[in-house]
Amino acid sequence: MTAANGTSVSIQNLSLNFGAVTVLETLNLDVANGEFIVLLGPSGCGKSTLLNCIAGLLDVSQGRIFIKGKNVTWEEPKDRGIGMVFQSYALYPQMTVEKNLSFGLRVAGTPKDEIAKRIARAAEILQIEPLLQRKPAALSGGQRQRVAIGRALVRDVDVFLFDEPLSNLDAKLRAELRVEIKLLHRKLQNTMIYVTHDQIEAMTLADRIAVMKGGVIQQLDAPQTIYNRPVNRFVAGFLGSPAMNFIDGQVAAGTAFKTGNVSIPLDRYAFDAAGNSGGPCVFGIRPEHVAFGEAANTMPFATDAAVEIVEPMGSDTLVWTKLGGHNFSFRVEAEKTLRNGEPIRIGFDPARASLFDSQSGNRM
Amino acid sequence: MSMANTNAPTIAASQDNAGPYGPKPRRVFSRRNIFLYGTLFVIAAYYLLPLYVMVVTSLKGMPEIRLGNIFSPPLEITFEPWVKAWSTACTGLNCDGLSRGFWNSVRITVPSVLLSIAIASVNGYALANWRFKGADTFFVILIVGAFIPYQVMIYPIVIILREIGLYGSLSGLVIVHSIFGMPILTLLFRNYFSSMPEELFRAARVDGAGFWGIFLRIMLPMSLPIFVVAIILQVTGIWNDFLFGVVYTRPDTYPMTVQLNNIVNSVQGVKEYNVNMAATILTGLVPLIVYFISGKLFVRGIAAGAVKG
Repeated sequence: MTAANGTSVSIQNLSLNFGAVTVLETLNLDVANGEFIVLLGPSGCGKSTLLNCIAGLLDVSQGRIFIKGKNVTWEEPKDRGIGMVFQSYALYPQMTVEKNLSFGLRVAGTPKDEIAKRIARAAEILQIEPLLQRKPAALSGGQRQRVAIGRALVRDVDVFLFDEPLSNLDAKLRAELRVEIKLLHRKLQNTMIYVTHDQIEAMTLADRIAVMKGGVIQQLDAPQTIYNRPVNRFVAGFLGSPAMNFIDGQVAAGTAFKTGNVSIPLDRYAFDAAGNSGGPCVFGIRPEHVAFGEAANTMPFATDAAVEIVEPMGSDTLVWTKLGGHNFSFRVEAEKTLRNGEPIRIGFDPARASLFDSQSGNRM
Repeated sequence: MSMANTNAPTIAASQDNAGPYGPKPRRVFSRRNIFLYGTLFVIAAYYLLPLYVMVVTSLKGMPEIRLGNIFSPPLEITFEPWVKAWSTACTGLNCDGLSRGFWNSVRITVPSVLLSIAIASVNGYALANWRFKGADTFFVILIVGAFIPYQVMIYPIVIILREIGLYGSLSGLVIVHSIFGMPILTLLFRNYFSSMPEELFRAARVDGAGFWGIFLRIMLPMSLPIFVVAIILQVTGIWNDFLFGVVYTRPDTYPMTVQLNNIVNSVQGVKEYNVNMAATILTGLVPLIVYFISGKLFVRGIAAGAVKG
């Protein structure tokens, strides 16, 4: 959390149903002033729906929404002090960039010199001055998205809403604009709510991430916390690429995790407040937390394994092996050359692992 | 350039020069081409023949027509039949030709087209973008309306028009045309506006534009093709209409089609084929011109509505 000076957006007991289908379920979320919050989840989890509710483009079924301390639940989008950036840019095709930027202001009847001043400022911040007289069709994807951000910028709003703004761009542009959005946030210090299904965008941009599934926020916390201490198996599996290793097994009360002929000591693992209930559970460890070769022997847990498949990814290499009969992957430096079938030694610190209850999927 | 220069010798050296290279040659008189263009020519001739007969007949005098060679070009070209059809041919009591019907038709078509398109475009926009309660029911009722045979409604409409005092007037007919154009036009506009990206509509709402603001400033400038389609459908449909024209107007307000019928089917005197042909071409000229000048836009609009915006 960057700013703790008051709440910018507050969502209270929000529900949304389309007929019998519940899209959002008694959802609560407080966003601090100047905070960058990312709603992350797979498609159909309700994250875009939540954003549309905040924007006022969808009527809520239950609950209320406050923006800047004002109850805006029944307000029109234009009266909420929000600006929105869409995945498809949604630029008005028949208007020039300048007219696109000024449309909202012209509708509101803003004086001409004020419009010109605001456009000049937004164009400077986003570096789109040379494009002002062009039509959207004559712009590249990245330029279009910049104009779309500018359209929110000129309206001088409190809260920026981004609905998957980078999903239509190619990978290189996406990385560039990601940085630009982050810089923009630092410069403007506005509250930003950003919807994405891309975990890298979420990790890099967010002050806090809200991981959503089935219309419910699963976990709301700082990116590192969500990454290192996911509250349930869904969050653990959704974040991280390559994905976390999951191993089904049993845990005996407070002692060790057992799967097949492997026993992993748990004396260094920090159980949740509820403590260790024992029984069937899932052991999760991220590929990058696994040590290999000499380093493995210094770890609290180490074992012998054999290389099955090697996936070079450029910056590093993902190696697949078996642990207690389960598929198991770990990362090594790209310089390491490993052959299939080669015997290796791997190890890790169970303190960095996550244990989930098999039934509920919750962290133990 | 430098790429090509360095690559060319390598290719030439690695393969022998005898084989096919570059674009495959196409023969002009291939069997496929002869069949294709032959078929097209026959079909075009088949459809153009009646028009040819009409044009040549309308340019002949009656003595020449009596010779019976309907395909032969006129020996002596005369525009007499055209002048007569336009200004002096008799229909019932009036002997001022088709000109009266032409202006009646203009006075029927122009307001009907404008009124029906203005209403239907707003209908379609509201149905596509502002999902009001009961929108689907309303739309279904409207579409079902398109399937009720006209004949069923003719007499009730006569009574309605008589009661509101518009029977026999041009405005009465304009209202009838506007109403009957509503289902198909609303469907047309609704589908077109539905195909526009919804985020555009949302962006305009966030920008503060209301129902009319979005329609006039965002949607309208983007929908020229569908308006052209609607105009063509309505102009040709209303201009060619005979049934409503003959039922809901009086002899002095008859549209051109009804007058044409009265000229061609008059039972008194000699059948003046040349005048009939000229009158028919004159009546068909307006839709023909509309097709010619808007053909390209028409195709674009139909395609845009059918596939995606």
